[in-house]
Amino acid sequence: MALEENLSELEVREGVDRETIETVHAMSGKYKHGWETEIEMEFAPKGLNEDIVRLISAKNDEPEWLTEWRLAAYRRWVEMTEPTWAMVDYPEIDYQDIYYYAKPKSMEVKPKSLDEVDPKLLATYAKLGIPLKEQALLAGVEGAEPARPVAVDAVFDSVSVGTTFQAELAKAGVIFCSISEAVREHPELVKKYLGSVVPQSDNFFATLNAAVFSDGSFVYIPEGVKCPMELSTYFRINAENTGQFERTLIVAEKGSYVSYLEGCTAPKRDTNQLHAAVVELVILEDAEIKYSTVQNWFPGDENGKGGIYNFVTKRADCRGDRAKVMWTQVETGSAITWKYPSCILRGNESQGEFYSIAIANNAQQADTGTKMIHLGKNTRSRIVSKGISAGKAQNTYRGQVTMHPKAQNSRNYTQCDSLLIGDQCGAHTVPYIEVKNNSSRVEHEATTSKVDDDQLFYCRSRGMDEEEAVALVVNGFCKEVLQALPMEFAMEAQALVAISLEGSVG
Amino acid sequence: MSRSASKGLWANIMLNIKNLHVKLEDEDKVILRGVDLTVEAGKVHAIMGPNGSGKSTLSYVLSGRDGYEVTDGSAELEGEELLDMDPEERAAAGLFLAFQYPVEIPGVGNMTFLRTALNAQRKARGEEEVSAGDFLKLVREKAASLKIDADMMKRPVNVGFSGGEKKRNEILQMALLEPKMCILDETDSGLDVDAMKLVADGVNALRSEGRGFLVITHYQRLLDHIKPDVVHIMANGRIVLTGGPELALEVEKNGYTDILAGVE
Repeated sequence: MALEENLSELEVREGVDRETIETVHAMSGKYKHGWETEIEMEFAPKGLNEDIVRLISAKNDEPEWLTEWRLAAYRRWVEMTEPTWAMVDYPEIDYQDIYYYAKPKSMEVKPKSLDEVDPKLLATYAKLGIPLKEQALLAGVEGAEPARPVAVDAVFDSVSVGTTFQAELAKAGVIFCSISEAVREHPELVKKYLGSVVPQSDNFFATLNAAVFSDGSFVYIPEGVKCPMELSTYFRINAENTGQFERTLIVAEKGSYVSYLEGCTAPKRDTNQLHAAVVELVILEDAEIKYSTVQNWFPGDENGKGGIYNFVTKRADCRGDRAKVMWTQVETGSAITWKYPSCILRGNESQGEFYSIAIANNAQQADTGTKMIHLGKNTRSRIVSKGISAGKAQNTYRGQVTMHPKAQNSRNYTQCDSLLIGDQCGAHTVPYIEVKNNSSRVEHEATTSKVDDDQLFYCRSRGMDEEEAVALVVNGFCKEVLQALPMEFAMEAQALVAISLEGSVG
Repeated sequence: MSRSASKGLWANIMLNIKNLHVKLEDEDKVILRGVDLTVEAGKVHAIMGPNGSGKSTLSYVLSGRDGYEVTDGSAELEGEELLDMDPEERAAAGLFLAFQYPVEIPGVGNMTFLRTALNAQRKARGEEEVSAGDFLKLVREKAASLKIDADMMKRPVNVGFSGGEKKRNEILQMALLEPKMCILDETDSGLDVDAMKLVADGVNALRSEGRGFLVITHYQRLLDHIKPDVVHIMANGRIVLTGGPELALEVEKNGYTDILAGVE
């Protein structure tokens, strides 16, 4: 026996767990990002028509082809109907009662450097704990060793406020900028890849996004380059009655690697707000992308008033042989979540992984999962989904696994666990499995359990209060997924899991 | 009454249960019908009794488990009323229950669990938390004597533990949390002789002047290893007989029926 063997590993993990609990205790109130920045905004007129699409395109100084691309999407969208198959229930959305473009007036002239950015915007991100100075770490994780820098692209309503560490990344040949900047600076790359994974008219919400998308991030990792730091984008919805339609595109050339994280928050409001994003990942031969999301949009109040409608299309295309993608998501916010990050395993021996924690508390509704489309030979996929329902919430896992005839000798493993807290919530599992060859194997395991009074009493009899006990038990349930996150974010995610469930017991 | 004054008054008494009446919360079933029991610091008291006599209920009520209603009586720890406290407050005040059936918590490392518990108690008492390094030293020291290895510390709490491992883990928690009053609820159940001896050695190592023990057991065999100062027989929700260690031997020899027949 040698306890010291694992000393360093344990110290790190222990530190994470301890600080999680501390963070949870330090935070009072249910949703800590619910404040609003008072700033003068420029809006496009409310509603959606071809003129609005042209206006958004003009605001971004876009080339003709892109304006036409948007218009084509808009014309398709008008013909489409909103999907109703998801297990979510919400009043009809009036698409003419939404602002599709909102930009701080101080961003009228794009600042040349971060020093020129409106102090109010900088203060907003500082308050959220997002560093827009090129410091080594995200706020709140100081002291974590070893210190690794994180590059940030900060998106405020419809525009990117600034991107850090661009110069340093450029030395490695990595491009990290807002998508509007990419359209101006790297039009050939954008033209080649935009819409190549999620086609312009893929589905109702993705088509809407194609017509009106504003900022999002663009990442390009050249052949053979391992991105020297974590990249992240932080999305903030601030303006009222405004939709956010970001579009993110990441291209990993042959043999390259990047780890990317996105975070999302919004102010507390009585009205619902629409968020319809598209994320496209292109992964070539032997390349790898890790894409992590910590989604903490305002979930609405205890009675279901307000909150973000989160309708998101995320898809990764493993185009080359041995390409790898890993989606990790921690979905704690939003009134409605409709999201299925997917993997197209086109290259032979390509691999897709999906790790998910979806928490629905109070009146939240989540319908989320993934699609693993096996096209190449010897492809592998793994799905680990942890759904937690509390209050009166409904939480659905919806996942598709398809083995095409040519995907010989491919494998999928799906593990789908649901945890119920209280007796008024619901958990649902909807797997779709299609196997069209006889050399592939698909495994699906599903469990449903309740947070057990005996577990809580056991923890409390050892000195933990009720909230600590719930946090500990739930974090244990989610451990596999939390461990898939980059270390720096695992802690924040653990704390978030606990906060999202505050008041769910007792 | 200030805490120090009350402490002076109860200098030697650790646990003082008076006329404790308890029923099930959801049904009209009375389980404890006036339990009187005093455990002094430094002493080991054993409670024996037939199935259904209320032994385990007593341990649950003392530690604050839901589902029971106290209809009369009191239970004080060093002069402070336990029954008004939440379970975690009782733990911080120095009460510890070694469970008959330790609970599994999947995904939560044993080490994490122990450290969270220790620091929660220290925090509640206004003491400084233990750092990761110091904690490891502490665990290593305590674990060695109970033959608990590193692997067991890394595994999720009680998940896949053998019966013996679970009970040793309870005693490890007791050793780390250093409670003033320890209640052992049928700690011998499900243990073979070797495992029982390990557990008993662990408990004996914790015996000290400032600590009281209440050992609940069905059989006398555990008391061969943990020598009690006082033995109580519980039946039908009451302590019906109190004596020295010889009382346990009498139970072993004659069974409960005979002894209880003599009492009634």
